[in-house]
Amino acid sequence: MSTMPDLVPAYPEIFLALAGMALLMIGVFRTKDSTGLLTWLAVAAMGVAALLIVNGPQGPVKTFSGMFVVNSFTVFAKLLTLAGAAVSLWLINAWVHKEQIARFELPVIVLFATLGMLMMISANDLISLYVGLELQSLALYVLASYHRNNLRSTEAGVKYFVLGALASGLLLYGSSLVYGFGGTTSFDGLATAMASAPQSHVGVIIGIVFVISGLAFKVSAVPFHMWTPDVYEGAPTPITAFFSVAPKVAALSLFLQVLAGPFAPLIGQWQQVIVFISLLSMGWGAVAAVAQTNIKRLMAYSSIGHVGYALIGLAVGTTEGARGMLFYMLIYVFMNLGTFAVILSMRVKGRAVEDIKDLSGIGKTNPGIAIALALLMFSMAGIPPLAGFLGKYFVFMAAIKAGMVPLAVFGLLASVVAAFYYWRLVKIMYFDAPADAFDPPDTATGFIMTACTVLMLVLFFESAPFVGGAETAAKALSFG
Amino acid sequence: MESGLLHIGLGHYLTVSAILFTLGIFGIFLNRKNLIVILMSIELMLLSVNINLVSFSSFLNDLAGQVFTMLVLTVAAAEAAIGLAIVVVFYRNRRSIEVEDINQMKG
Repeated sequence: MSTMPDLVPAYPEIFLALAGMALLMIGVFRTKDSTGLLTWLAVAAMGVAALLIVNGPQGPVKTFSGMFVVNSFTVFAKLLTLAGAAVSLWLINAWVHKEQIARFELPVIVLFATLGMLMMISANDLISLYVGLELQSLALYVLASYHRNNLRSTEAGVKYFVLGALASGLLLYGSSLVYGFGGTTSFDGLATAMASAPQSHVGVIIGIVFVISGLAFKVSAVPFHMWTPDVYEGAPTPITAFFSVAPKVAALSLFLQVLAGPFAPLIGQWQQVIVFISLLSMGWGAVAAVAQTNIKRLMAYSSIGHVGYALIGLAVGTTEGARGMLFYMLIYVFMNLGTFAVILSMRVKGRAVEDIKDLSGIGKTNPGIAIALALLMFSMAGIPPLAGFLGKYFVFMAAIKAGMVPLAVFGLLASVVAAFYYWRLVKIMYFDAPADAFDPPDTATGFIMTACTVLMLVLFFESAPFVGGAETAAKALSFG
Repeated sequence: MESGLLHIGLGHYLTVSAILFTLGIFGIFLNRKNLIVILMSIELMLLSVNINLVSFSSFLNDLAGQVFTMLVLTVAAAEAAIGLAIVVVFYRNRRSIEVEDINQMKG
């Protein structure tokens, strides 16, 4: 009866959990400020977790009574999440010391949030899904209000908390209906139940709609995006960078896992919902960003748009679509980290500025930053030879091959509108009269900015191994 | 208990839970007073889910629903603690927890 579950597939998560607690103890018992030390230890812990993932089991393995799954899809998504989290942590560390608000709990909370994301990605049961999602969300609420003497940061925390809790409530209510009408919380059990009579599960379908709403909230897809601009603007900038990459990857992977796993037989029911969400996100992300004056708000709308493009990959419901979506997320993570490194280097005389007009004329005063931002903006808009183009290419091609031409055409139109505001930044940088020059960026921020920009070119010319990785991952899903 | 009026079935539990859940959602959106009421509404939503889970669990003769309920209760406690902490730091900066005072950023 009481056999020990196989712990090997969960080693990365177990290691991160233990590392988080150990780091907390180091922080508590060291009398000096240990934020810097703990940041490096947390990055090292993420590196070890990544090694454990790479060297651990890759094939489909389930443990903890089938609640936890590891396959090539979870491996891909977890590595991407860890990369996004580790790079953001590096940016956060550089920033907290500059702003002199370093506190040792920060890397620990980021580590626990990352642990929650890995748990979500590996969830194979409604219960483990919920617990992983909440571990992530609770840590993120705290991070949003991290700058606790700053009114905007705490307000971002309040808004994120209230709307995030509402989303969790929706997801949970949906889970309870799915459990009640599907008869089990296990994804495998649900898959069997759904496959038998796909049309006769009205209760389950209502449940799925609630679950989709909850997940759409977490990935900030329209019409559940209201919190995004305020939270992105109010939260401390490097923490916004973290919000815009790691949780997005984890939540989109969860979206794929849930809809392509137990609910794949119900594709006829959820497909229109995802198409609708995707269209609205692309459209609103493009239109609403045009009028923004704050660059962090602009990035919020930009990320809403990008989630819309990524969701095309889910909406088509094929392995090719899933591959496109994973590759899109890979590019999105590094594109966004690079852009946030640029935003973090927008400092005039030691003070951070975040208005778009502060970028005026930096093509003359700070040519390095200007070139990096220009390339990243071209990549965001999807102009070859930058990786952003390939990301859009793969999802649009998947949509066309699946016969969803109108979706691809709308995506193309939305990306033309979006190109307007990305190019406007380039125009402001190169053709407007110079304002105050920025301070030279610190080493970490400068390095991340350069590396991400170069990566946009590398990913375009050497895309084959990455597309191959995304393809292997997508095949682990049960789309036909 | 032979009388049809006294027989309480799954449907009744689900109805109560759906009403409580709706009240929770309305409490968040229609509330113009203060943040504590929002925290209470969130709690109400989570508790309505618990009623759902327990009644399904009993109806299906399956314990997983009650295990789920225990985890929801635990997470709800953690969520309330974090929510109150965030409300406290917000109050220190704004000197108010009125919903209409949460207005530094618009969009």
